Amino acid sequence: MQKIGVFVCHCGTNIAGTVDVHAVAEALKEEPGVVFSADYPYMCSEAGQNMIKDAIRDYQLTGAVICSCSPRMHEATFRKAATSAGLNPYLVEIANIREQCSWIHKDMPTATEKAIILGKAAIAKVHLNAPLTAGESPVTKRALVIRGGIAGIQTALDIAEAGFPVDIVEKQPTIGGKMTQLDKTFPTLDCAACILTPKMVDCAQNENIKIYSYSEVTDVKGFVGNFRVTIKRKARYVDETKCTGCGICTEKCPMKKVPNEFNLGMNNRTAVYIPFAQAVPKVATIDPEHCNMLKNGKCGVCAKVCTAGAIDYKQKDEFIEQEYGAIVVATGYNPIKLDRYDEFAYSQSKDVITSLEFERLTNAAGPTSGQLLRPSDGKHPHTIVFVQCVGSRDTSGCGKEYCSKICCMYTAKHAMLTREKYPDTDVYVFYIDVRTPGKNFDEFYRRAVEEYGVHYIKGMVGKVAPRADGTLLVQASDLISNEQLKINADLVVLAAAIEPDKTARPLATMLTASMDTNDFFTEAHPKLRPVESPTAGIFLSGTCQGPKDIPETVSQASAAAAKVIGLLVKDKLTCNPCVAHSDEWMCNGCSSCEKVCPYGAITYSDKEFKMPDRTIAIRRVASVNEAVCQGCGACTVACPSGAMDLKGFSNRQIMAEVDAICK
Amino acid sequence: MIFSYYPGCTLKTKAKELDRYARLSAEALGITLEELPEWQCCGGVYPMAKDEIATKLSSVRALASAKALGHDLVTLCSACHNVLKQVNHDMAADENIRTKANNYMQPDEAYGGETKVIHYLELLRDTVGFGELAKQVKNPLKGRKIAAYYGCLLLRPGSVLQMDNPENPTIIEDFIRALGAEAVVYPMRNECCGGYVTLENRELANRRSGAVLESAKECGAEMIITACPLCLYNLNKNTDGYDVPVYYFTELLAEALGVKEGGACDGAGQ
Amino acid sequence: MAQVSKEEIIRISGVNPLKCMRCGKCSATCPSYEEMEYHPHQFVYMVEKGEIEPLLKSADSLYHCLSCFACVERCPRNVEPAKLVEAIRLAVIRQQGQNHLKPETIPEVLDEDLPQQAIVSAFRKYSK
Repeated sequence: MQKIGVFVCHCGTNIAGTVDVHAVAEALKEEPGVVFSADYPYMCSEAGQNMIKDAIRDYQLTGAVICSCSPRMHEATFRKAATSAGLNPYLVEIANIREQCSWIHKDMPTATEKAIILGKAAIAKVHLNAPLTAGESPVTKRALVIRGGIAGIQTALDIAEAGFPVDIVEKQPTIGGKMTQLDKTFPTLDCAACILTPKMVDCAQNENIKIYSYSEVTDVKGFVGNFRVTIKRKARYVDETKCTGCGICTEKCPMKKVPNEFNLGMNNRTAVYIPFAQAVPKVATIDPEHCNMLKNGKCGVCAKVCTAGAIDYKQKDEFIEQEYGAIVVATGYNPIKLDRYDEFAYSQSKDVITSLEFERLTNAAGPTSGQLLRPSDGKHPHTIVFVQCVGSRDTSGCGKEYCSKICCMYTAKHAMLTREKYPDTDVYVFYIDVRTPGKNFDEFYRRAVEEYGVHYIKGMVGKVAPRADGTLLVQASDLISNEQLKINADLVVLAAAIEPDKTARPLATMLTASMDTNDFFTEAHPKLRPVESPTAGIFLSGTCQGPKDIPETVSQASAAAAKVIGLLVKDKLTCNPCVAHSDEWMCNGCSSCEKVCPYGAITYSDKEFKMPDRTIAIRRVASVNEAVCQGCGACTVACPSGAMDLKGFSNRQIMAEVDAICK
Repeated sequence: MIFSYYPGCTLKTKAKELDRYARLSAEALGITLEELPEWQCCGGVYPMAKDEIATKLSSVRALASAKALGHDLVTLCSACHNVLKQVNHDMAADENIRTKANNYMQPDEAYGGETKVIHYLELLRDTVGFGELAKQVKNPLKGRKIAAYYGCLLLRPGSVLQMDNPENPTIIEDFIRALGAEAVVYPMRNECCGGYVTLENRELANRRSGAVLESAKECGAEMIITACPLCLYNLNKNTDGYDVPVYYFTELLAEALGVKEGGACDGAGQ
Repeated sequence: MAQVSKEEIIRISGVNPLKCMRCGKCSATCPSYEEMEYHPHQFVYMVEKGEIEPLLKSADSLYHCLSCFACVERCPRNVEPAKLVEAIRLAVIRQQGQNHLKPETIPEVLDEDLPQQAIVSAFRKYSK
């Protein structure tokens, strides 16, 4: 005989404001098996939890239904309370009468009726619940960090510092990411290379860190604590163990006209190259698209000049498989392409550049050795116009709906540094809003205006017209003075919106990690679990989760590391007991379940069965590895004979819920 | 290949060359343009208001008539193209306008934006192909520096017109190159000439078309071509003395294809 | 001139002025900016605030808009300011005796090259 307790939470006015909680408790009291039903202002509070514990003991409950918020919020809380009172935690069911009821209805009678129905469904399910015991699985004490920009570097360093081995997989020939391309960093104007390259070197020297540069993750299997990852090490045609990074090959390579991606195509590199002087690993890479030897077998200069004998034209892509307990995504961002903003003439004039290109033009290691010169004629620009929000906050379908967050500050930095180095330059910044929340950020922007005399104008640029004399006619609004401005500029700098790296989307599919419509990774909770993906064991670091500046990226990177460390210190993880199991008598051995299982948890084997006529039959049947199964339920849907079922979510339980709702 | 053709009112009177040379050139290119029977004036400007139904009906009639004939509808005048294309978009996408227009006209079969409206330039680019057009050229316009003037109506709003990149179009430049001439690219080629405001404010139209002419001239244009009779008028009426002759693009096309009567478009006689 | 409500203008135009983020890009390249008393971004803001009357009375603004769609094309929020100008203009000329262009004036402005298109368009924009 079931003895079920029902506990209806007010959640302050969150639920009680639209649901008559007392009426819900009264109505559910009448359901079969219910021996206790009550409502309480905050069921998750200590007093509320005590009410549940007392009822379990006093009424010797065999099941509990909590009508409250989403199970994602407090299921664990209530299960823990039940366990402490001696009730198996899997005999507790949550009826979500907040997110799925009170928050979406305005009318009290409607919401109350629905809350009662949701409660009845949960009661119907509890009738069929069985006590479940969670198993344990071991934890592989090694972490994987995908991409090695400042986010990945910081996460890896922190994990390594705690004593765990960590691998960085970086697509480019060197780690360092976007920050290597920046000149100075706001708000303190430290040189980006000066603060980043020591960290890159730390990564290379830390014995807990292994860097797989020029590599990509191609496959991910397994689950939290036990991921199996395939890493593709792209052929760089240079033996990393032999190359000393002396650079003689890059000097002698005759193919010198390859657009240099490090300088955003503003100068050239050779076909064999080291991206920049402080690259880590400092190893040459041959670009197969431009190397004459690899293309048509004619050249071989680099092999001849390499004293270390490191050049290997026969090198092939290599695949390695590695096990990890946790995976950190740090795939970063890129500025958007500006082909849908031709009113700013980016594709029509060399002197219309992006802010990242501006960084290269002011960087001592850039194409102009740090001299701010116009790309078209190499002359010093005397009037510079900065345009903010190019493609950000755009709902027209051309750009991104969100604010890219970093542009206000880096533009203030660019404007300020320009005025400092070239006081004869007129600098205009067109803005819609100046957004500078952050420590010392607004002060920084105000300094650009008050001390450096940057002209900040509220209004947007509408068109940049390249003129025959080489100047750029900038047409813009000045909303404060209500004027239409025309400025003859020498250089126009566009603060292009940023977007997640294109590799993020396929990676998310591999990781079964969720993303938003902008391809930013979704966090488990926007406020309370900001560095975890909802997929267990996957963590988020840096701009793959949303636009961020460097200080914020580094904070998040360390936070992600802390979460990883918290996972890796455990020897075992409690498994989810709500896993699939196969009724071997019903299984017809069709393999449908095996094909859909994303975790490889299902295996087939031949088993002996004693048949009713006392003969022995050998049949091929499925069995589930409960330590590997994640309880996704794909197999139960695929199984044509109904042999597969999910513990805690059996077909009978779900049908009972549906019946209760439809009654 | 057969297309329905909507010439529009001005092409029957003040812009006869635009029409005549389009027809002669199409013939030379093996394309049949069949003028829609009993077409009516499109009204010259697209009625933007959501509650303007009657002013859209002449366009709907032309569109529905092309649908009945089973051909794509070719336009030539930029204004007609803009109006027909935008009204067609309304008929496809705006249920309120579609229902009211159909209720008003009571056609045998309701019209829902099925006709494909293509500008003559799109016909050249997408059906003939500029590569093929270049092969058909008998008198290449070598050495002429020609600037394309798109104006505003041919390209905007880009989401509806969908002819080309509204901020950096290339279709007329590619056309110019196909005829063997040099295309002069200048930034004001997609800005308004002053349009209908010329009727009561000559000064304004003079300033607007002056800005276009100045920009073209500065970039080295020796002549300008356009698809719009009103653009041609406004540019020609400019009193600031830029000395850049303006032609319809079809005049140049006919000349290059060797089907133009009279003299070359070389600035003489303008 | 009769009063016209903000709701009426929003209904005629189909424009939601609340989408505007006040960047002013519409007015940045408006070719008739200098001739207009109120500029495209002001049309959006004033309609949002319900200040319709000054717009109704501003002939300079209503009849100098070229309907060139530059503001519509470049708006990053799909606000379509030109449709507000059109709606206000219609709200004026739909009223008795408010036609801006009268047939009697045509002979004065006619010249032999003037395309029909100009006259037809002007009547569509200026008269009912």
